Amino acid sequence: MKVNQYEKAFLMGLLEQMLLIRRFEEKSAQMYGLRKIGGFCHLYIGQEAVAVGSIAALDLKKDYVLTGYRDHGHALACGMDPNAAMAELFGKATGCSKGKGGSMHMFDADKHMYGGNGIVGGHIPIAAGVAFKLKYNQEDGVVLCYFGDGAIHQGVFHETMNMAKIWNLPIIFICENNQYGMGTNYKRVSSVHDYSVMGASYEIPAWQVDGMNVLTVYEETKKAIKLVKEKNTPVFLEIQTYRYRGHSMSDPAKYRTKEELEAYKSKDPIIIFKTEMMEAGMLTEDEYTLLDKKQKDIVNESVQYAEQSEEPSLEAMYEDIYA
Amino acid sequence: MAVITFREAIRQAIDEEMARDERVFLMGEEVAEYNGAYKVSQGLLDKYGPKRVIDTPITEASFSGIGIGAAMAGLRPIVEWMTFNFSLLAYDQVVNNAAKMRHMSGGQVSIPIVFRGPNGPAEYLSSQHSQALQSIYAHVPGLIVVAPGTPYDAKGLLKSSIRNDNPVLFLEAELMYSWKGEVPEEEYLIPIGKADVKREGRDVTIVTYSKPLRLVEQAAQQLAEMGVDAEIIDLRTIKPLDEEAIYRSVRKTNRCVIVDETWPFASVASHVGWLVLRNCFDYLDAPVELVTSEDVPMPYNHTLELEVQPTVKKIIDAVKKVMYIR
Repeated sequence: MKVNQYEKAFLMGLLEQMLLIRRFEEKSAQMYGLRKIGGFCHLYIGQEAVAVGSIAALDLKKDYVLTGYRDHGHALACGMDPNAAMAELFGKATGCSKGKGGSMHMFDADKHMYGGNGIVGGHIPIAAGVAFKLKYNQEDGVVLCYFGDGAIHQGVFHETMNMAKIWNLPIIFICENNQYGMGTNYKRVSSVHDYSVMGASYEIPAWQVDGMNVLTVYEETKKAIKLVKEKNTPVFLEIQTYRYRGHSMSDPAKYRTKEELEAYKSKDPIIIFKTEMMEAGMLTEDEYTLLDKKQKDIVNESVQYAEQSEEPSLEAMYEDIYA
Repeated sequence: MAVITFREAIRQAIDEEMARDERVFLMGEEVAEYNGAYKVSQGLLDKYGPKRVIDTPITEASFSGIGIGAAMAGLRPIVEWMTFNFSLLAYDQVVNNAAKMRHMSGGQVSIPIVFRGPNGPAEYLSSQHSQALQSIYAHVPGLIVVAPGTPYDAKGLLKSSIRNDNPVLFLEAELMYSWKGEVPEEEYLIPIGKADVKREGRDVTIVTYSKPLRLVEQAAQQLAEMGVDAEIIDLRTIKPLDEEAIYRSVRKTNRCVIVDETWPFASVASHVGWLVLRNCFDYLDAPVELVTSEDVPMPYNHTLELEVQPTVKKIIDAVKKVMYIR
């Protein structure tokens, strides 16, 4: 088993982050129901292994992360303070974006998390621009650019893949294929069903990755980073995953069957990782319960923090527009 | 003082800023090996090399986006659009990313980037290649829009734009590139957001910017021969707008004509007109007049295309109207 090859502390770290995201998102759904959070709120439940496994392969002192609007998981995996994330969802002045960004615009520039971007695929060239800066300054870093299966047909994805290759930018494009672009199954709107073949059009190395296994995601991302650095090329990964909730909080997800959802729940990234660790004798049920309880406490505290935080002042609407 | 073209003034500004700051680079279609579709970047590839003068594929949305990302990460890109007509393919990147990244991150990032290239009507190009698009950029909070009308202003304002920490849309015009004007040898900057009185006068204020400045100057000369003393306010920057310079002049002359080559609906001209009415109402001796493009796509036929745009005659007629001269 793969887990045996790793230090327990590292594995516990991955488990802890996945649990934090899961509990954070469950709490977000609850707070949305209570109307503490408004607007569009896209939850990451089911996809935790993707952000956690891939970001674990980074050094965020020199590497960067950009993603689309389903961004809570990536922000937390980059180390964003859960209090700042929850306060942002509540629209408070203490939120990571001072209550101006909301669910879709989680930013933590210090941790090299550059959003949280709301236009489907719109951030893909932006991420390549960050990679352009790494190359221009001859810095030793890599950019992870996440987007969904819905974004892959946008022109900017293909335009950016082309430029990333002609300039060999240090970027890993990650298509998180959760199988539904909003309510549309990806097979209905794509001429190919294995997205990784799209890499060949631009001579970019590309392959599919099982996104339900956090260690697989970690190892494949490591492999991709090695390729970026040693072969001087961008890489494209299609990481196959599944979201348990609807597209956003307002979506009951009637376009898929109960059986399909149940089948995926048996592949839950947290459950399978927990089971692997337990079978390898690296985790006890008590340790798991304790770790989970700790995440629930952190999330409960973030709600308390958000509740007690100040609303932004009215004058704040004129701030943070021009530098 | 040296007399140089508008094109040369732009090139000098880019050259000087690239020499001054390693983070400044130029990217766009045909800017490097071809030396620029309008030869603005002539010689820059030889001087700075392919790392800093970069040819892109024809992908306005994504090379504009790459510029925005590079700016967010600390570089200072100059993105050349072969024309603003093609910038519409990049409009999402400019409006949703360049203008919003700072805001939606709560001020954590800034986007120091210049998007520049020819805007507005040229000649014999029909409707897709001859349109003045500044109003749709000026509409968006988070953007700066600069529109010089002389080589002197172009050089000083472009240098300021490159040093500015915000996204700047810098409007040039194909027909202006060969215009000549005096430009000093020594370095100078012109501040963004400051209008300039291009001609002092007592009788009427004519507000304009960019290419129509020449028509306004010709009209003012003809008006002078008729005994009308026009004051010309050259905005130079559309956003932020130097409102005080406009009001100061209108409160002196009590009459205002705005000359703008955009379409009239929801335009720079209509906005300035509203501001003058609201802030100078008690000073006005006549309603504000606008001289804009006709509200039609640009025809190819030369007689028609000239008549679609502001002309010297239209400007003189508008001045006569606000002065009640028959």
